[in-house]
Amino acid sequence: MLNKKSLLYIFMLIVFVLGACAPAATQAPAASNVKELKILWAQWSPADYLQQIGAMYEKETGIKVTVVQEPWGSFGDRFNVAMAAGGTEWDMVVGDSQWLGQGVTAKYYVDLTDFMKSNGIDKSVTPATLQYYGEYPSGSGKYYAFPTEGDADGWAYRKDLFEDPANKDAFKAKYGYDLAVPTTWAQLMDIAKFFTQPDKKLYGVAIYTQKDYDAITMGVENVMFSYGGKWQAADNTVQGVVNSQESIDALQYYRDLYDCCQVPGLNNAFFTETNDAMIGGQAAMIMNYFAFFPALANKSTNPHADVTGFFANPAGPTGKRAAALGGQGISVISFVSPERQQASLDFIKWFAQEKIQAQWATLGGYTCNINVLKTDAFKNATPYNPAFSETMTFVQDFWNIPTYAKLLESTQRNLSAFVVEGKGTAKDTMDTIAADHTASLKADGVIK
Amino acid sequence: MSADKGSSGKNRHLSNRAIVNLFIWPTLFLLIAMNVFPLFYSLYLGFTNYSAIARQAPVWVGFQNFSNILNDKQLWEYFATTGRYALMSVSLQTLVGFGLAMLVREKFKGGGILTTLILIPMMISPVVVGLFWKLMYNPTFGFFNFLLGFGNPSKAPDWLASRFAGQPMPGLALFAVVIVDVWIWAPFVMLLVLSGLKAIPDYLYEAAVVDRASSWFQFWRITLPQVAPLLLIAVLFRTIEAFKSFDLVMGMTGGGPGSQTELIAVNLYRQAFLGQFRTGPASALAYIILIVIIAISNLYIKYLNQSKGEG
Repeated sequence: MLNKKSLLYIFMLIVFVLGACAPAATQAPAASNVKELKILWAQWSPADYLQQIGAMYEKETGIKVTVVQEPWGSFGDRFNVAMAAGGTEWDMVVGDSQWLGQGVTAKYYVDLTDFMKSNGIDKSVTPATLQYYGEYPSGSGKYYAFPTEGDADGWAYRKDLFEDPANKDAFKAKYGYDLAVPTTWAQLMDIAKFFTQPDKKLYGVAIYTQKDYDAITMGVENVMFSYGGKWQAADNTVQGVVNSQESIDALQYYRDLYDCCQVPGLNNAFFTETNDAMIGGQAAMIMNYFAFFPALANKSTNPHADVTGFFANPAGPTGKRAAALGGQGISVISFVSPERQQASLDFIKWFAQEKIQAQWATLGGYTCNINVLKTDAFKNATPYNPAFSETMTFVQDFWNIPTYAKLLESTQRNLSAFVVEGKGTAKDTMDTIAADHTASLKADGVIK
Repeated sequence: MSADKGSSGKNRHLSNRAIVNLFIWPTLFLLIAMNVFPLFYSLYLGFTNYSAIARQAPVWVGFQNFSNILNDKQLWEYFATTGRYALMSVSLQTLVGFGLAMLVREKFKGGGILTTLILIPMMISPVVVGLFWKLMYNPTFGFFNFLLGFGNPSKAPDWLASRFAGQPMPGLALFAVVIVDVWIWAPFVMLLVLSGLKAIPDYLYEAAVVDRASSWFQFWRITLPQVAPLLLIAVLFRTIEAFKSFDLVMGMTGGGPGSQTELIAVNLYRQAFLGQFRTGPASALAYIILIVIIAISNLYIKYLNQSKGEG
């Protein structure tokens, strides 16, 4: 028989062991306790597709996934303000690529580097999308987002006009080569001029000109990057880089294209207006993000859907091709509990699988998965997928550091003044932008 | 007796004082929480480098923000643009509003319906108005140019791009926005002037007719002085609103092309939101705008009081 003292010792030992085990049990993230995951995204079709992906995840795991959709106009404001307050209303956000610096430096996002590397997710997506949607700082090898909705600028064009024998003959007689999808920006200019026929209420192009947020910058970038222009050198220097001869020539090209061939009235145009120009039969070619091309391939929204083709950005004078990046990556919010973070990582791991990415693409999502992008199934799924697949290998982006909004404001203002208003010269404009960028970067300690 | 009533009623009824308190305190609390506190807190933020998204406490920078604003040439340009906009917009609204009031003052068949129709623009959201005027200004299919006799879009004004026949025409976009603002708010001036016109006693005109006064003399010596106080109130309201103009401009031009329609309120929004979230400097700018508006309002009120005194 054990005496009372021994019983007390055994009781204390049991309590100690249980006590020692209990914290260990709560420290280990138990994702199974999470019944619902909430993802914030903008209000648009891809968010609906993600909701369908979420329904599949719920079917497999029992964890409900809700995609909270916020209109584009207030998406950034709502997210940033909630994060500043340490908000936990969402577990994940499919955030804009330009927010990455702010999200990382303000510690909104969980570091996904080890998670992505250990699960091979970093190798499953195209390098450019990993760099621009996930990596911060650029070249650091640190990842904070999984490339979710790849997007970039491309072109839609009227195949019937391009294939019309009379047009083909007239074009060849005038320019000395065959009328076809342009392979260089110079050819695109010729074609735009050729199709600018005001008496027929037809114009060569509809390109981005909107000043409000980032549209005209994205439009100019398409040409600027292809011409070899950049926003910064490797050491973040901007003087002599932003206002390089390549960038100046590219800006002059964009202005010339606007002057000669833009659909009249499109002086503050973004994705809606350029699509409308194609739907209304006013433009032979329009610039837009691939995410907005489904409306052009749909007969119920575009009477010219059957004769609308798509192509990727043409090459610059040296043969370089580039496209302004759109799209977003999914990040895990650092303010939610470790348990919810783990559940979010589990979802991303599941979502990143090739078979799920293939389904994401089938639904209409723009996957960044290398293998899925290469498949014939993907390329044949829509008329614009081949151009998209090609484009995602040469995307480039604007700054994504926290100073980006200040840099963008000056860029938008000056580009709009030169291209739309017709004020000043391309050189003056790029010199002013370079000076403004230098001042902003110095003020924020990015450069000395 | 009354003391008994009071004590027995205390359990069943609230005293007058308690009822007064119940009405006053919630309102006062809401007023302090929603108006007074933000007013003073934003003033405090104007002296800091606070950003609403930085997750950092505000750091006191003294008058730095105010000094930066007052030394920023770009911002003074926006103030000048706003001044030009307010001057053009309020002047035209006053002229058109006065004219409309004189028109509908006369009794004629369908006058009531016409007055109601004239008031419709005021009832529509400025953003919606901006969007459909954008379509009307479109050089290819908008009917504004068509009404002006421009058939060929490449030889017509592109109003919101500040271009005429492809060539830059500075100021055109701002004037295009002014036209729309006048279209929306001239009826407001008309309403106030109309109420003033209807209050003018008939005997003043009858006496003028007996004295063989001309129509112009009647207008200059009777109508205008009698309506002046209400007209000044309309001008005061419209000037304050013109300095705060945001939604219409944002919907039509986004402040462009370049900075041609970048009114100070649009720029304030750009600094406070749109990715920048420069809350401290934006608060300082908001206070500078407030001071400008108060100064202009005081000038009007001074003239209003003078005009009342003369009347």
